[in-house]
Amino acid sequence: MAAATAPSRLPRCSDCGWLETRTAGRGRPARFCVKRGRARSPRQLAAAPCADFRPLETTEVLPPHAPPLRLPAERAPLFQPPDPDGLRRFLRDEKDFSLRSKLTTEREAVKRFVRPGDYVGFELYGTVRCPLSVVREIVRQKIGGLRLLGQGLMDADFLIAAGLVAEMDITYVGYEAYGLSPILRRAVEGGSLRLAEWSNAAITWRLKAAAMGLPFLPARTMLGTDTLARSPAKTMRDPFTGMRLALLPALTLDAAVVHVQRADRYGNAQIDGISGFAVEMSRACKRLIVTAEEIVDTEVFRARPERTVIPYFLTDAVVHAPFGAHPGETCGLYRRDEPHIREYLKAARTEEGVRRYLDEFVHGVKDHRAYLRRVGAARLAALKVKNDER
Amino acid sequence: MSAERASPTERLACTAARLMKGSTTVFIGTGVPMLAAALARALYAPGLLPVFEFGGVGSTLEKLPLGVGEYNTFRRGVAAMGICDVMEAAQRGAVRDGFLGGAQIDPYGNLNTTVIGAYAKPTVRLPGSGGADDVGSLCWRTIILMKHERKRFVETLDFLTTPGYLDGPGARERAGLPPGTGPYRVVTDLAVFDFAPASRRMRLIALNPGVTLERAAAETGFPFPVARHAAINPDPTPRELKTLREKIDPERVFL
Repeated sequence: MAAATAPSRLPRCSDCGWLETRTAGRGRPARFCVKRGRARSPRQLAAAPCADFRPLETTEVLPPHAPPLRLPAERAPLFQPPDPDGLRRFLRDEKDFSLRSKLTTEREAVKRFVRPGDYVGFELYGTVRCPLSVVREIVRQKIGGLRLLGQGLMDADFLIAAGLVAEMDITYVGYEAYGLSPILRRAVEGGSLRLAEWSNAAITWRLKAAAMGLPFLPARTMLGTDTLARSPAKTMRDPFTGMRLALLPALTLDAAVVHVQRADRYGNAQIDGISGFAVEMSRACKRLIVTAEEIVDTEVFRARPERTVIPYFLTDAVVHAPFGAHPGETCGLYRRDEPHIREYLKAARTEEGVRRYLDEFVHGVKDHRAYLRRVGAARLAALKVKNDER
Repeated sequence: MSAERASPTERLACTAARLMKGSTTVFIGTGVPMLAAALARALYAPGLLPVFEFGGVGSTLEKLPLGVGEYNTFRRGVAAMGICDVMEAAQRGAVRDGFLGGAQIDPYGNLNTTVIGAYAKPTVRLPGSGGADDVGSLCWRTIILMKHERKRFVETLDFLTTPGYLDGPGARERAGLPPGTGPYRVVTDLAVFDFAPASRRMRLIALNPGVTLERAAAETGFPFPVARHAAINPDPTPRELKTLREKIDPERVFL
């Protein structure tokens, strides 16, 4: 940028001033009108200014016209290559579709369905409906080498801070109004986490592609950006229209966790309010853990089948987890615990602080029930929402 | 309640709200866009249909949402759907306007929300694209809200997260982005810019009251032309300020 700061006394178009020196014919430098893309002499400029804008008197710098040189970025690796036939075989040979009670605890569900090196994902939006009771259990069981779907927040934070994540497909890890995630910053700036970049729609459509049983879906997002350059997505010309498209490789999770308002013991689940990417994720995984604020009778689902977001045959484990998204919120039931999140973020500024936080709220409690006791019944009761406000 | 005491955030929200006169579907992110959309809905565009990326559609915005997935994004709304419904609506052209912001912006309205410094060894790792790349790619027009600082207005981004006009006229179409889309305005606490049709670079079209051209230029890391009929951006009106402060954000969460 240093070159651009030197003031210039070169002839300028009297209207816009957008000129630069470039090599013209026979190797001689000439003044080029940036907008018209042709050489113009000072006389031409005075006689026929471009009549587009007034020159700016304060900055005498000429803008470079050539687009900034972008070296071809090192393509990001595809952490979980698409394998639609593998998923088909898994669903035929290994998935148990029987109607059976799948009620279990976080400890048992994680032990059975989350394995070291797995590609895992948690459904959430920001702090909303994030299945943190399971995330804390994964940290407790120290299941490492995970590859993570990085539409995440506190789930990503906890797992990264505990050193359990090797690779992450990132879309957004940040605290909106509260700013950046200090844990993500330390891990990425220190070079201990491999990333591939995606947008929110792209990562969801990757799940959708897997849910559809396809190897990829085309999309019109991410094109022309470094986000695309730093992702393993590819581009192609559509054979029907000639349109240029981004190809998003299907993403099948080894294990996914979705937190819902209510489920039955077989794993049917209802969600109140917006459903984020619960539909796509629950169909784009091999093993699905559903955690629910409330376990209800199957009659609730039989009476209103159109309300079912996750039917039981997708589910492998059902965990009763009241306040399972704490310190985040669950629509209709409880609000975000703002002081807890603020204190957590204060602690997260240092590695020592994170360790103390995890010692207190994860390692220091043996399960979710103990966690809720540590937070305190009075505090949780105060977070409950009244009927009219949700 | 005098206009002199309008804060930079209030000015941003008022300018952005006025840009939404006559708008229909609007894709909204956290913070000032929520204030602006609520203000527009209250004063200028009663038919405005706010759309939030995780599936909230048509909230009345009587209560200010604090996050894009929060209950107030669909409180008294017309639909609570999922991220696909909303993103696919944008991809097929059903979402008119979108709001964007970023850590860095270049003269073509490209935005960076991924890293400061080199990608492989960043000085600051930012949150990443989130829905920004989708909004910037798929909405018909985007309104970019920025804090006007020299370190944010740069000739070359450290990382191009979200497409503006990429590197000039026709570049979006060449990359494959839907034709006829792109940034519409850049609204800052100092000025308002549009994009000159011939160059697709930012062009100053209005200054906020009391802001000199010199100040705007000093806070911008690249030269920009000034539109022939550059105007003074009117102060927030008492009615706008009253609505913002008393009805929309009485608890001063974002103000």
